[in-house]
Formats: sequence, structure tokens, C-alpha cells
Amino acid sequence: MHSFGYRANALLTFAVTILALICAMASLSDNFNSPSPSSQIQILNINWFQKQPHGNDEISLTMNITADLQSLFTWNTKQVFVFVAAEYETLKNSLNQVSLWDAIIPTKEHAKFWVQTANKYRFVDQGSNLRGKEFNLTLHWHVMPKTGKMFVDKLVMSGFRLPEEYR
Amino acid sequence: MALTRQALSLGMIVTSALMIWKALMCITGCESPVVVVLTGSMEPGFKRGDILFLHTSKDPIRTGEIVVFNVEGRDIPIVHRVIEVHERQDTRDVDILTKGDSNDQDDRFLYTYGQHWLSPQHIMGRAIGFLPYVGWVTIIMTEKPLIKYILLSALGLLVITSKD
Repeated sequence: MHSFGYRANALLTFAVTILALICAMASLSDNFNSPSPSSQIQILNINWFQKQPHGNDEISLTMNITADLQSLFTWNTKQVFVFVAAEYETLKNSLNQVSLWDAIIPTKEHAKFWVQTANKYRFVDQGSNLRGKEFNLTLHWHVMPKTGKMFVDKLVMSGFRLPEEYR
Repeated sequence: MALTRQALSLGMIVTSALMIWKALMCITGCESPVVVVLTGSMEPGFKRGDILFLHTSKDPIRTGEIVVFNVEGRDIPIVHRVIEVHERQDTRDVDILTKGDSNDQDDRFLYTYGQHWLSPQHIMGRAIGFLPYVGWVTIIMTEKPLIKYILLSALGLLVITSKD
């Protein structure tokens, strides 16, 4: 009843239970955070717009992305993963989402940023539907905690339009 | 008499562990509601040894979600992020492309030869929560089975030799 093994077992079980409880409370505390992020995206230039040999349209563009995501960080946040995706509709597909750029924000200080960049990932359509296409640019963020539940949300910016002709 | 009692208590422990596991499977709706991160391709967000809690739902897959999928012919699940989605107008068909956060290339080189997209049927679940470091127990037990046997026999010994 009072052997070493028995006491070690009881202690270990208790320690693990308390640890699990603390992790759960840390995660729950994130729910009290009400974030107010803001962002703006401008398309500075369409670099080129071509139909590739395999028949799919591809476009390269340079964007100006500003954002203030500082309100997303809590003490339980490890990092925020942010990415920009283009969303549009075609005759064949009711929804297309193509990720153009992403970044990892490690701390609150880095969360207010301005970046000017060409698309990091290729913007390729399934087919040849991009000429004159209207599309949205959405900024998505993924709050990854030190422990517990992850939070995801996005900001949709609409009103962008691709050129009518290839260049 | 004492032997049957000890056998019963051992049986109770195993059964309750199994019940908790099955209940988790029902609640989250997946085949395996918890998965261990095995590679470093999602660093610094998920490191090797972290565990992820999965959830399946009928909601359509969208970019940014972290999904767990199996490639045909391989049984190690891969945990990566969705970076492209193309959903058809009339059917439920969706083409999905994934990529690990710290990989430069997308996952096409991981898919089976000739396969350019994933479909929802390949996806086992979405990651909704995570716990750091806890998965190391599973990794050690898988890669060094000796430790698993030592641990199990020590546990069995403890139950059998306890006075009540």
C-alpha cells in the first residue's frame, strides 16, 4: 500500500491529470480574446499572363500586402500562419481557391507588417478561364497555440479583375 | 481468489482504456481521432512528436485547413496544409493540393504516380487542436519496440503485485 512503486504511480497519475487540466485551461483562455485584425491588399502589377503549353492559364502578379494582426496574439499563441488566396468561379468549377503567398508570424511584434512581393506559388487555372476574370483576394490567418484549439478566420477583399488579354 | 481479482483489475484497466478510445472515435467521427506528427515538414508550427486532434465533418475542404491524408499504397498518414481547391459546379468533386508549411514544393511528388490532385475521400480528418511533445511516447514505442515490452510488463507487474 505504501510501497515506492505505488506512490510513484499515484504521483505520476496526479501530475499528468493536472498537466492536462492546465493545458485545457490555457486553451479555454484563448476564447476570451476578441481580435480585431485589419488588412489591405493592392495589386501593383501584372507581370505576365500566358496560356501554358498544357492549356492552362497562368498569371504572375506583384502585390502590396499590409496587415495588422497584433490583436490575434495571446499568451498561449505560438505563431500565426497567414496566407493570401485568390478565389474565383469558372464555368467548370463553382469555386477555385489558389494560395498565392504565405508567411509565418512568430511574435506579436512581427504581426504588423507591410510586404511587397510577387506570388510565391504559381497561379495556374484548371483550364483557360482567367481572361477578364473577376476575383477576390482573401487574407486567411491560422492561430496556432502553444497548446489546445487552433483558430482560423479570414478577411475577404473583392473587386479585383484580371486583364482581358494575355501579355 | 486473489489471482482472479488481480486478473479482473487488469482486465478493467484495459477495457476502460479501450472504451475511452472508442468514445473518442465516435465523438470526433474519425477512424483515428489523434495522430502523431512524424516529420518536420510543418515546422515551426508542428514539430516531430506533437499530437494533433482530428475532426471530420461534412463541411467542404477549403484552403488553409490542415488535413491528414493517406496516399494510396502507403499507410503513413501525412499532415499538411491545403493550398489549392477546385470544386466542380454540379458534382461534389473537389480537386485538392497540399503542401507542408516548411517545404518549398507542393505535395505532388508525394502523391501516387500520375496523380495531380487529392480528393475528399483521401482526407482522413482536419486538425483542430494540438498538444506538444506528448506523441514522443508513441514514436519511441514504435521505433524501439523493446521499450514497449518493458513498459507493458512493468505495468502488468505493478497491477499484479499491488495488494488490493
